[in-house]
Amino acid sequence: MRAVEDRSTAPILQPLAIKVRATTKRYGAVVVLDDVSLDVEPGEFLTLLGPSGSGKTTLLNIIAGFVRADAGSLLIGDEDVTDTPPHRRGIGIVFQNYALFPHMSVAENVAFPLIARRISRNEIAPTVDMALSLVKLDGFGARRIDQLSGGQKQRVALARAIVFKPKLILMDEPLSALDKQLREHMQIEIRALHERLGATTIYVTHDQREALTMSHRIAVLNQGRIAQLGTPTEVYNRPANNFVADFIGEAMLVPVMRCDDYTVLLNGQRVTLARRVPPSGDLMLAIRSEKLRPWRYGAENRIEAVIRKHIFQGESHVILAELDGGLALTIRLPTHVETDGLLPKEGERTAFSLHPEHAVVVSCDGQRPECS
Amino acid sequence: MLLLPGLLIIGALLLVPLIWLFGLSFIHDDRLSLVHYQRLFEDPSYIKSFAVTFQVASTVTALTVLLGYPLCYWMLRLPKAMQGVALICVLIPFWTSLLVRTYAWLVLLQRRGLVNTSLQEVGLIDEPLALMYNVTGTTIGMTHVLLPFLVLPLFASMQRIDQELLRAAAALGASPAFAFWKVFFPLSLPGLSAGALLVFVLSIGYYVTPQLLGGGSTVMVGQLIQRNVELFSSWGAASAVSVVLLAIVLGLFWLMNRLVSLDRVFKG
Repeated sequence: MRAVEDRSTAPILQPLAIKVRATTKRYGAVVVLDDVSLDVEPGEFLTLLGPSGSGKTTLLNIIAGFVRADAGSLLIGDEDVTDTPPHRRGIGIVFQNYALFPHMSVAENVAFPLIARRISRNEIAPTVDMALSLVKLDGFGARRIDQLSGGQKQRVALARAIVFKPKLILMDEPLSALDKQLREHMQIEIRALHERLGATTIYVTHDQREALTMSHRIAVLNQGRIAQLGTPTEVYNRPANNFVADFIGEAMLVPVMRCDDYTVLLNGQRVTLARRVPPSGDLMLAIRSEKLRPWRYGAENRIEAVIRKHIFQGESHVILAELDGGLALTIRLPTHVETDGLLPKEGERTAFSLHPEHAVVVSCDGQRPECS
Repeated sequence: MLLLPGLLIIGALLLVPLIWLFGLSFIHDDRLSLVHYQRLFEDPSYIKSFAVTFQVASTVTALTVLLGYPLCYWMLRLPKAMQGVALICVLIPFWTSLLVRTYAWLVLLQRRGLVNTSLQEVGLIDEPLALMYNVTGTTIGMTHVLLPFLVLPLFASMQRIDQELLRAAAALGASPAFAFWKVFFPLSLPGLSAGALLVFVLSIGYYVTPQLLGGGSTVMVGQLIQRNVELFSSWGAASAVSVVLLAIVLGLFWLMNRLVSLDRVFKG
């Protein structure tokens, strides 16, 4: 039913490919972006994810035209826009703090890009109404900006960014000022809006859950380079290095020794992997807290630990444990009446299993986020 | 209760003299009379004085806006450290005695002053211009003296404009000129109005500069008051002019408040 609906509504905006080529930016001696290349597919929702200082905002500013790269080029569709000033790039941008014009009404804000493009008066009103309707703000046109809630301001900023049929939509941490509940609601809505519009969208965030929720693909940035580019499942389940493994999700990185192509040694215990062990470098086993299960007969990859603390968090139990040798381990188990009674007690020595599919070994070529 | 001492000081130092002044303006030869006010509307020299005052005040306000706005805009674009230096340059004349500055203009503007001799040497003029002892001299001197009163509130309000808004305007397709007129200028208007109002109000009551640079030919309202007291010892006449001047200033504030809420102007 839904698929039929989706097919009947053609995308409103033109999906264009974006190509970032060999882009470098230095501020003095600091290299903020180091030879970054990125191809965004037409109509794709791509997220630039990284900690502060990773270069994601600089890359966004270069795409927007606010910052000039020291080297590299940028293509929107077939057009090279490397030297085009921001106001001729035709990019719709949603800013972190909305950047709505306080002296204009909602409708005037949304009409601004149309007036700047000298679109005729009688075309403006219906176009503005349509944009406001797309973000579910019908009838809000006459409101003043200071009469709006945070979520409504966000919607006005969205409407303003899409009203002039941009070639590309950029969003710079647009939801960071909203509270958690509203943020999660807006994530779903922005995705729906993206599907409706069909325009290529580049989204910047430092929130890994937001990136996983919204994106077709995620480019994980670290220290001015793309650490990994892949779908949410790829970056989550198959992190390219220790930085990605550590930055996305709740993972513990435990040093391991290489045994053979599919086996590593953790504290002398063999851990079998579903995928090949990286050929070189210092190796770490990335253990995601929710992937560990209490040991049952016949399971693979037995990991023993002493339980130190048990925390009840509503939907899950968090168990803080200690491996032999003192390494800390966090285990997250769902709360359920059928299993709650079987939980190990504090101080007990107990065993967990780790499925070979979830036993991910990464090499330490990426810095840990704490260091960046 | 804590406000009481403050209220008493304001009452004693401001309100009482004002009421006294107001009372004086209605007394002539120890009797109640409206003769001082009648004179204001009948004596052509009084009418001319008010006209000249408003003309000078309007010109000075316009000139400070024309000079001050680009200056503030330029200062805003300077690096932070340079902004401080520029602001100090604006303020230094502020810390110099008004008399010193006015006499400096006297030196510059006189017939054989720096301005006239330079212009003659360059060959732009043959005869020295009459830059002093007239409305021109008064206007030049007052514009210089009053410029900081425009620059300070205007610069403060420009600094509060979120620079992200201009980036947003550019991203949305606005050329730099369009972004300036549609976003920056409207947002700087409260500061501009505050500065312009301040300059205008100070101009209508100005005394020292017009007295020295205007010679005797142009008599502004401030000088009118002084003459009535010093030359004619007519406190009643002086008070009447003061009361009218005060009423005009209050009227301007009221009008301004109607146009742009003053609350917003002074909060920025």
